Amino acid sequence: MATAVQIVERENYLNSNYGIKSWLLTTDHKRIAVLYLISITAMFWLGGFFAMMIRLELLTPAGDLVSSDTYNKLFTMHGIIMVFFFLIPSVPAVLGNFLVPLMVGAKDLAFPRVNLLSWYLYMAGAITALTAMVTGGVDTGWTFYTPFSTTYSNTHVIGAAIGIFIAGFSSILTGLNFIVTIHRMRAPGMTWRRLPLFCWSNYAAAVIMVLGTPVIAITLLLVALERAFNIGVFNPQLGGDPLLFQHLFWFYSHPAVYIMILPGMGVISEIVCCFSRKRAFGYEFIALASIAIAVLGFLVWAHHMFVAGISVYAALVFSLLSYLVAIPSAVKVFNWTATMYKGSISYNTPMLYAFGFIGLFTVGGLTGIFLSSLGLDVHVHDTYFVIAHFHYVMVGGMVMAYMAGLHFWWPKITGKMYPEAWAKLSALLVFVGFNTTFFPLFILGYMGSPRRYHAYPPEFQVLNVLSTAGASILAVGYVLPMIYFVWSLRYGADAGPNPWNATGLEWMTSSPPPTHNFDETPVVTWEAYDYEHQPQEEITVGH
Amino acid sequence: MAERAEHNEETGSVGHIAPAKLYVAIWAVLMVLTLTTVLVSMVDIGPMNIVVALVIATIKGTLVVLFFMHLRYSPKLTMATVIAAVFWLFLLLSLTMTDYLTRAWSTYPGH
Amino acid sequence: MATSDMGDIQVAERALQHHFADMEQQRETSSFGMWMFLLTEIMFFGGLFCAYLVYRASYYHAFVEGSQKMNITLGATNTAVLICSSLTMALGVRAAQMGKRKLMVVLLLITIIFGFGFLGIKAVEYHEHWVNHEFPGPNFHFETGDPAHPATDAQHTEIYFSLYWAMTGLHALHMVIGIGLVAWLVIAGLMGAYTPHYYNPVENVGLYWHFVDLVWIYLFPMLYLISKKH
Repeated sequence: MATAVQIVERENYLNSNYGIKSWLLTTDHKRIAVLYLISITAMFWLGGFFAMMIRLELLTPAGDLVSSDTYNKLFTMHGIIMVFFFLIPSVPAVLGNFLVPLMVGAKDLAFPRVNLLSWYLYMAGAITALTAMVTGGVDTGWTFYTPFSTTYSNTHVIGAAIGIFIAGFSSILTGLNFIVTIHRMRAPGMTWRRLPLFCWSNYAAAVIMVLGTPVIAITLLLVALERAFNIGVFNPQLGGDPLLFQHLFWFYSHPAVYIMILPGMGVISEIVCCFSRKRAFGYEFIALASIAIAVLGFLVWAHHMFVAGISVYAALVFSLLSYLVAIPSAVKVFNWTATMYKGSISYNTPMLYAFGFIGLFTVGGLTGIFLSSLGLDVHVHDTYFVIAHFHYVMVGGMVMAYMAGLHFWWPKITGKMYPEAWAKLSALLVFVGFNTTFFPLFILGYMGSPRRYHAYPPEFQVLNVLSTAGASILAVGYVLPMIYFVWSLRYGADAGPNPWNATGLEWMTSSPPPTHNFDETPVVTWEAYDYEHQPQEEITVGH
Repeated sequence: MAERAEHNEETGSVGHIAPAKLYVAIWAVLMVLTLTTVLVSMVDIGPMNIVVALVIATIKGTLVVLFFMHLRYSPKLTMATVIAAVFWLFLLLSLTMTDYLTRAWSTYPGH
Repeated sequence: MATSDMGDIQVAERALQHHFADMEQQRETSSFGMWMFLLTEIMFFGGLFCAYLVYRASYYHAFVEGSQKMNITLGATNTAVLICSSLTMALGVRAAQMGKRKLMVVLLLITIIFGFGFLGIKAVEYHEHWVNHEFPGPNFHFETGDPAHPATDAQHTEIYFSLYWAMTGLHALHMVIGIGLVAWLVIAGLMGAYTPHYYNPVENVGLYWHFVDLVWIYLFPMLYLISKKH
């Protein structure tokens, strides 16, 4: 093979040209992915800072660290940042942007300039929302429920809503780009049945982005208009119905949790196959389950409104439909497990995160069934049970998957290996820290502790202290990768094109890939995850 | 692929070129339908007014999409996109209405 | 036309972006992308349609009252204007397909004129509503003409007008953007950017224009023709 000197000199997307302009005006999907990586990492730390403030306040029963108003702003800003500016763009905009064209064997996404535009829209939205937060904050909760948001709140609702409105278009454009790319840009021989599951799940998430996001965009626009001109669309004083806002809001925002989790599931599918050295068990079912989740996800939104005063008959229908989502989700979990069965499993960091994902997602998913049952929901609605449930899915699921994917493809993105021992430690810390933080919240919620208060009765203190302690472990678990990833840029071992001995087109080009991805357009003649026919070498990295 | 648009022999253009007469005919039908919908709205036929108006609007819309927007000559994928859009709009409207139409069915004390 | 064929193909080759294999793939991709975008537009207007449906079902009489204030003549004229503009747009795309550059530019210019005509008529209507205090907000004032549905109806009619302004306003915004896009086509067309081998932008702006027409085809009966009543 090539000598070391040649490897260094080989042109790739990172060294093809230099300077700030070559980054800010790039249309290369890989560079845009890196821009997104930097931006959403910043947002993650900001959202994480707000989370730490919340946990510190809840260390003691009395509301002593911050005032109740400040506390309202803290959890609102934590929610807005984490949902709209971290979780939704996380896997799609970073890993998806980087990998979808590589995986389908294309030179770029279908619309490279639109892709760059989407990053600028994201930044414009983020800056608008952050400006609203810096100049006074928002206290409506990330859900912007009316009429509080339109009439009574004295905070910067319009700024935050417009920020999310703008960022929404970034999400729409990313989704549009993925759908068109996967339909039209596949390399010869890359049929739908050979498509990596990561692409299938990003496709499903993209369907939700293009169909759902416009609805929340117009809804938030109406909230801003209502607040500015008092036009009455959601204002009960003028005959408007606040519940209409909730319908329109959740029409997007419930499917949006599948925008967050589906790409994560794609990451897990890739990793489980690679580190079990097996073809995905029931490949077609995993692929179609993604589509099923995307479609069913649109039929369940009113389960957020069971106690809000909607018709009980509608609630019955929505409750039943909500159960259905459990089926494709379970299909995925069972198929991952079956893929591992009798596989030759190696316990590298991405796989450790994947184990974490499968376990925590299962807990998060099963508690979702509690919440979609009408009677039980009345008991635990707006308690910490709900908080625990969606953090198990969003953090235990999605952030785990994001970390898994980041470790798995870090060698491809940067050409460098991260330090395996430290990474394993951080995976362990994240898992332990996460469970210590959020499992007590299930109990708190079941005992009736309501969410969104900065003070609580003293008998709840033990569990809250436990949770705050867990949050600090979790924080260490997230700080470590930040440090060693940066460290690896300079000191990491060279990864080579395929450190995991994995299948998939992205591993058949050099690391980091050249600007045009492949020296010549690949022709695919094999099935996805053809590990049975892959040379059975041990994965040597990090041992 | 059968879906691919045919090359036009005469101009070498890609994509289907519809005859100008067809466009003018569609335009004429649309104008007549506009007049019809206005005239029907002058007659009081109760709740059927809106039904007739929406049926006419849908006929007009279908003509625009099929001919002016070339859907008739487009790949199946384009057709699927249109169907998806209509279907999801239907989901939004119909599932929201399940709530509003059935709220009055149950009465609570004090209501 | 055969003489300019080689030149046309060169224009087309310059227009081929690096990441596509051939013009065919580029054309189909850009067209599909535009249709996907229109799909998001349908859902964007869909939120307003949903609000309209809910309130119209709840406050039927108030909506009828509000629609009585609409000028059906102007509304119908505007519908006709838009349909005419759609015809010239469709013929303009056809001219581009056939490589008739001058014809295309003329047809697109007529389309722009129709577009301004629509906005002008809409502005007259808006002015009337504004003068009559039919703009939602603190200055809103509405005298119900129907004694059977007093007081509260004025408030519900305000919701009708909120939706009227939001829907037609958003539609008008799309018209303004559309006029800008067609103007861009005219300039690029004069500079010889489009040939029978490469006219994706003309086709896509055409799709957008027809879509905006399509939205109005629904808005017109929904807002103007609710019921004869009285």
